[in-house]
Amino acid sequence: MTAVGSRSTASLRHRLAERGVDVSLLFLLPALLLIVGLFVYPFSYGIGLTFQPSALVQERWGGGVLANYVAFFSDPFVFDSVGITMRLALPAALFNVLASVPVALVLRRKFRGKRLVTSILVLPITLGTVLTAQGLLIFAGRQGWLNRFLLEAGIVDEPLRLVNNYTGVMFSLIITGFPFAFLLISSYLSGIDPSLDAAARTLGAGWWQRFRRVTLPLLAPGLATTFILTFVLAFSVFPSARLVGDAMGETRVMSLMAFRAFGEQNDYQMASTIALMMGVIELGVVALVLLWRSLLYKGSTGGKG
Amino acid sequence: MITADRFESLELRNVGRSFGGQDALSGLDLTVRAGEFIALLGPSGCGKSTALNCLAGLLPLTHGEILMDGRRVDTLPSEKRGFGMVFQSYALFPHLTVERNVAFGLQMRRLPRAEVAQRVREAIALVKLEEHAKKLPGQLSGGQQQRVAIARAVVLRPSLVLMDEPLSNLDAKLRLDMRTEIRRLHQSLGLTTVYVTHDQEEALSLADRLVVLRDGRVQQVGTPDALYEAPASWYVADFMGYRNILPAEVVSVTAGEATVAVGGVRLTGRVVGTVAAGDRARVAVRPDDLSVVEAGDVVDGNSLTGTVSVVEYHGRELAVSVQAPDGTLLHLRAPKAPAVGATVTLTARAQRVLVFPESPEPALATTGAGTGASEQAVAI
Repeated sequence: MTAVGSRSTASLRHRLAERGVDVSLLFLLPALLLIVGLFVYPFSYGIGLTFQPSALVQERWGGGVLANYVAFFSDPFVFDSVGITMRLALPAALFNVLASVPVALVLRRKFRGKRLVTSILVLPITLGTVLTAQGLLIFAGRQGWLNRFLLEAGIVDEPLRLVNNYTGVMFSLIITGFPFAFLLISSYLSGIDPSLDAAARTLGAGWWQRFRRVTLPLLAPGLATTFILTFVLAFSVFPSARLVGDAMGETRVMSLMAFRAFGEQNDYQMASTIALMMGVIELGVVALVLLWRSLLYKGSTGGKG
Repeated sequence: MITADRFESLELRNVGRSFGGQDALSGLDLTVRAGEFIALLGPSGCGKSTALNCLAGLLPLTHGEILMDGRRVDTLPSEKRGFGMVFQSYALFPHLTVERNVAFGLQMRRLPRAEVAQRVREAIALVKLEEHAKKLPGQLSGGQQQRVAIARAVVLRPSLVLMDEPLSNLDAKLRLDMRTEIRRLHQSLGLTTVYVTHDQEEALSLADRLVVLRDGRVQQVGTPDALYEAPASWYVADFMGYRNILPAEVVSVTAGEATVAVGGVRLTGRVVGTVAAGDRARVAVRPDDLSVVEAGDVVDGNSLTGTVSVVEYHGRELAVSVQAPDGTLLHLRAPKAPAVGATVTLTARAQRVLVFPESPEPALATTGAGTGASEQAVAI
């Protein structure tokens, strides 16, 4: 470090390098170009589009340049999709996170066949949404194996409606989202020093107290992060909402509405508006969760504090 | 005031633990009296931590039983035993302040709030951390964290405190301070303590009795001076500061003394255990007992020669390494420095040279392991 006033004898290159400016920064260039070309520019363009409503929208909803937004909030057919998406994404994300915790806790121990169980739990991550949807239709559809079995066993009188509705999409979101949440939570859990649990035991804490007072508080920031990621995944649900859902009814999610505006009505401007609002709502939820997370202990979870 | 819950004796009977057929600890018999400070000493992998974890209830036993005043405690889960434990990694709860770390065990016992506060205050004062009470463990130094760990364990007035190498993560100076601190706490609180360490100095200075372990088996149990003055095997001697341990062959044995051949020279020493002429043996000499002399001043006929190879300054004394003609390094202490490269004569009194049988436990000795001559053994 150089005191103010005295002149450094180091060369300019050295002084820049000390502040982290050197040739290696050029490695950032390809990524920056991609981000600007494929994200920043199209995104700004999209925002611009939302303020250029089509004549039709302007005429119907009024509001001048803001007509698309007026339409978004005033057209119940469009606006209701916000609630529909929330009703899918929130419970799905919550379930994926909460169900992962006990599973990850059990799989933290050593036992025979642990690797197999882990593999089976993680496997669905390799299936695409479309494959999952296909499988669900075959397995749980009206003519699917499950319903045929239930009918023939006399357990039900008529086939259960498990797909082409809310339940179908929820299944799909859990099948694809759970392995993801489980993997993340497992890695957060493995970051917690096992000797903390041993210490709590010697101090007289039973398993629930150890979980409640030690593991959970240390895991909570990880739970928040996992919730955010699975929520974002579930919120932008599109293929399964269409394939195993009820695209114009119960599972009329926002991405479907955006697609409809773009594909069926040729209204790029409205589609951009819906897409943008999706982003805004996701950001809102993320911000809330991060706010809660900021109240938690986030330091080291190792043994030496 | 923090005082210990009283018990008369804690008895370990034939305690053993194996992992997948491998014995990590076997046949540990030990009776701990109330108020005693016991150190389990040995290198890593000797089973000392296994023994401690078995006592704590963190590892179930595979053999034997643990009795407290005649009641079995090894069947109780860890959280019901009421022993305090101090971990090598401290294992402080990183999300709780010093105060709340110390209070944790008391809260688990559902004690009234006022009593918890009172006892936490006392325990924190005991380890002199009053001004750090509101800090998180991450904001404390290693030594301070260790003191919190100790306070957290003793605040429960445990009948037994278990310490797993509590000082091994501290630097040398702090380790000395904390050693004194632990001794002071033990003396003032009268807490029965089982302390695991690989550091003989720590064990000797802290413990009332030492248990030396090797490969999961007890080698010797005794008071520090008993072990220091009369190690039962060369293995224990190695831990008790006998830095020179040389392989030798017994030449003759007479009334408690043996003459052995070590790398071409003959040494006479005190026999510990049973050796016979022709046996393989180990000779142990402390660095303090070896001295540099003129060739004529050799005592008890014990004479070794070698070339001075390393001289280290250790303050009042010098640590000197001398290389014998066969390449063996001998370690000794000298008041003044011999020249490096000079040839010197070393000697030691026969009383201070110990001759151990090669294999300390007859039961473990494999037949015919180079002791063919011992068939005509002359027992002493």
